[in-house]
Amino acid sequence: MKIADYTAVELSEQIKQGRVTVKEALDAVFEQIDCTEEAIHCYVTIDRERAYRQAQEVQKKIDAGELTGPLAGVPFAIKDNLCTEGMLTTCSSKILENFVPTYSAEAVKRLEAAGAVVIGKTNMDEFAMGSTTETSYFGITRNPRNTEHVPGGSSGGSAAAVAAGECFAALGSDTGGSIRQPASYCGVVGMKPTYGTVSRYGLIAYGSSLDQIGPLTKDVRDCAAILEVIAGEDKKDSTSMKREDTNFTEALVDDVKGMRIGIPRDYFGEGLDPEVKQAVLAAAKVLEERGALVEEFDLSLVEYAIPTYYTIAAAEASSNLERFDGVKYGYRAPVDDLHPMYKKTRSEGFGAEVKRRIMLGSFVLSSGYYDAYYLKALRVKALIKKAFDEAFAKYDVILGPVAPTTAPRLGESLADPIKMYLGDIYTISVNLAGLPGISIPCGTDSKGLPIGLQLIGDCFREKNLIRAAFTAEKALQEERR
Amino acid sequence: MANIIDDATIEYVGILAKLELTDEEKEQAKKDMGSMLDYIDKLGELDTTGVEPMSHVFPVQNVFREDVVTNGDAREQILANAPEEKDGMFVVPQTFPG
Amino acid sequence: MAKEYETVIGLEVHVELATKTKIFCGCSTQFGGAPNSHTCPVCTGMPGSLPVLNKQVVEYAVAVGLAANCKITQYCKFDRKNYFYPDNPQNYQISQLYLPICRDGYVEIETTDESGEACSKKIGIHEIHMEEDAGKLIHDDWEGCALVDYNRSGVPLIEIVSEPDMRSADEVIAYLEKLRLLIQYLGASDCKLQEGSMRADVNLSVRERGAREFGTRTEMKNLNSFRSIARAIEGERQRQIDLLESGEAVIQETRRWDDARETSYAMRSKEDAQDYRYFPDPDLVPVYIDDAWIERIRNSQPEFREAKRKRYREEYDIPDYDIEIITGSKHMADIFEATIACGAAPKKVSNWLMVETLRLLKEREEDPEDIAFSPEHLAKLIRLTEEKVINSTVAKEVFEEMFRADIDPEEYVTEKGLKMVSDDGALRSVVEEVIAANPQSVEDYRNGKEKAIGFLVGQTMKAMKGKADPGTVNALLKELL
Repeated sequence: MKIADYTAVELSEQIKQGRVTVKEALDAVFEQIDCTEEAIHCYVTIDRERAYRQAQEVQKKIDAGELTGPLAGVPFAIKDNLCTEGMLTTCSSKILENFVPTYSAEAVKRLEAAGAVVIGKTNMDEFAMGSTTETSYFGITRNPRNTEHVPGGSSGGSAAAVAAGECFAALGSDTGGSIRQPASYCGVVGMKPTYGTVSRYGLIAYGSSLDQIGPLTKDVRDCAAILEVIAGEDKKDSTSMKREDTNFTEALVDDVKGMRIGIPRDYFGEGLDPEVKQAVLAAAKVLEERGALVEEFDLSLVEYAIPTYYTIAAAEASSNLERFDGVKYGYRAPVDDLHPMYKKTRSEGFGAEVKRRIMLGSFVLSSGYYDAYYLKALRVKALIKKAFDEAFAKYDVILGPVAPTTAPRLGESLADPIKMYLGDIYTISVNLAGLPGISIPCGTDSKGLPIGLQLIGDCFREKNLIRAAFTAEKALQEERR
Repeated sequence: MANIIDDATIEYVGILAKLELTDEEKEQAKKDMGSMLDYIDKLGELDTTGVEPMSHVFPVQNVFREDVVTNGDAREQILANAPEEKDGMFVVPQTFPG
Repeated sequence: MAKEYETVIGLEVHVELATKTKIFCGCSTQFGGAPNSHTCPVCTGMPGSLPVLNKQVVEYAVAVGLAANCKITQYCKFDRKNYFYPDNPQNYQISQLYLPICRDGYVEIETTDESGEACSKKIGIHEIHMEEDAGKLIHDDWEGCALVDYNRSGVPLIEIVSEPDMRSADEVIAYLEKLRLLIQYLGASDCKLQEGSMRADVNLSVRERGAREFGTRTEMKNLNSFRSIARAIEGERQRQIDLLESGEAVIQETRRWDDARETSYAMRSKEDAQDYRYFPDPDLVPVYIDDAWIERIRNSQPEFREAKRKRYREEYDIPDYDIEIITGSKHMADIFEATIACGAAPKKVSNWLMVETLRLLKEREEDPEDIAFSPEHLAKLIRLTEEKVINSTVAKEVFEEMFRADIDPEEYVTEKGLKMVSDDGALRSVVEEVIAANPQSVEDYRNGKEKAIGFLVGQTMKAMKGKADPGTVNALLKELL
């Protein structure tokens, strides 16, 4: 078996047993990068020197028996909206083209403490606003499965890097589907944990009440192992939660007997590609065959999730992105009058999609519109949360597609923003309700593009998800054979 | 399109958001914002009387720090990314009245 | 006949709280320090940083609210106030709009009614909210730029918003004095106007006497002393009356007071839309103050001025006037009580405070809050005079030194050799010399001119460099003559 074919957990095991060195693991990754990066463009920054330096230290600690966890020695890619000390962090935006943080995101710190080696920063939609990784200031990322197609977004670089073997695992962030949807398009596993499970400290905010960091991996086992490392309360993030049940790898059980799985009819209506529908329902069947109690139900309110989401996310983003003003860091336009400097800096520094959402967000918060738009959206959010609460009274897991279609062709989505926004219809309500969601591959369409299966759990019930996902993954592999 | 966004509104939002759009961008923004608002108006179909606006999804309260100094002098790090620095401070253009 | 106008004034008072650290990060609030040396990613608005609330800020805000008879908002939240300015690193200020921590209170002030009779009056407090202070902007007109120092950024403030209940500058000053004293007694702030730890914005309108509707108000900023507040009120009142008299309208606007020119000017700018787009800060969770917490704070409230006055009258034999002055400053009252606790007689302590202390404060243009000597030292000084180790002239000299540098009077007197010469022989020989050197005065005294002895005492004291007890010298002279 080639080093590049190992999963993260397998690789770490090989390293700990002395069969592979951390350096060899890095060599394998960089070899792959040299091969495919030019065509796919997963990364904004690759720092080989830092990686090899880190690898040396990690190897020493592994040899000394100080690092024994399942991620020790594993080369990682980090989405470029997570701060990395001493390494360029751009959010794929011109406005942060030269920003080198002096601190690391808490999630990155925890990964590194567990022996992960950061090799670089992955491309994304600018400030995580987009579903295709086409809005990056540093150029588009292509789908490794078919380079004429988008990898999805906004964590498109992370998903593509895992799919292309340009890293063993990656971190992404998910505000409305930004981990699950690219995972689905690229045929990898991606998980958005319950809101508050992973500290947001050092994650450059888009929609603070919706943002969560999560893993993109080759399989469910890697996903659980990474989540176990990065989850947990952080005193620096007031919204992070104290949780006792973060031993997620214990949920890697191939058994769904008696698990109640609900399939929302509302997720299978108009707009869903028939091939996607078929693959997802086939996966449900497989779980049913293994003892899960599967039934259809009406979730309701699905069509209201997108307008609710765009109101809240745009409003929060308009405020979160105010700090990018040319004063303290990042790009500054050379203008010698304060307010014109602000305007020129921000107009030149932000791309079209970011400006579009900032304008919308500023408007819905402005005097006279706050109640009608922003508060209304917060009320509908409460209703959506209630609909999920009712569903989870009956089911352990909700099963559906991740996206209505497989990865669109490059350039197709940006032309019509509303149509692009509609692509988020199955992922977005999960963020609004703070729920955990996972995307795992469940087949390919006639063009050979991957299809994703989404499993949604109740708050703090990642273990249900992991168990269902692990079982489905095993079963689908068997079916394929 | 039900929501007509006029030039004055785009101008005003530009002041709030500190964005200066080209004429072309303005036209596009008027269209985009109008159609987004039409889309958002769909929320009006729902009766939300008596529903509390939900800003936090979980009822977490009282997350505090104790009043203890934990940070030392980090001015070098803080200024490390400054576009322009002088005497340990960030340099910004003056505001001209206007 | 000229119309009679009534002035209607409401105040927004900002008070910097006496916490050790900032409101949302662990940076020191200490004054001074090199620019930006008390900063971190949180209080400089670095990307990815997050706020965590300092509990002490809530404690102080509730304490002030209770002292000002407010209702405590048991479930309160923080909101973002969005506006661009370089002293505000995130370009939003975290404040409270929708659910401020205290509401509906009042304080009582002493004023005069329409017939000039003394009376007390309640000034309503609309609300008190918690918020963060801004950094400092230093204008460099020479270079045409401004420099930003974020050391004050994130220092906790409470803003106390009064009802428009005041009708004159005198009432405003009385209200401010009252607030200042309450807050100083609570130890929640030192409330120094000059240093900016207490700042007032004045909302003022005029209307014809007897009118029911309020006139259009203006808001006046940049008032940093009681004197400038009084002058700004008078100036603005006159400006508004002049406008109305000439048939013009008062425009609702924010004006900046220029104390040197004794005039105000409008702070108008196209870029300043005054539309702050407040919305609940998603990075902070709500604060819930339960009954037990409120009771705990209520029970630990200090003895306020009224109670102290009463107790002093009962316990100490000092004049009412002294009591007024001493209890007029919490700091002075603390020193008074602590000195007594060191064993000094109340009357003596009061004398030192009323005479020498007030004289030196006046000379140095300082407030009682600036008194820096320790009660132990004052007690020692009093003991030294009582035990006739030094005389009153020397004591004053020592006190000045103590006031300046808080020296230990005992050590100082020993070091400088200021103890009175109690050696009878040494004193006797000096007196003999003085008698021999001043035959004319001796003659006068012997001829019944009692006053002449005064001159001889003076000469002896001079020769002794003050280190003698004038009473002893007097007796010795009489004996030898």
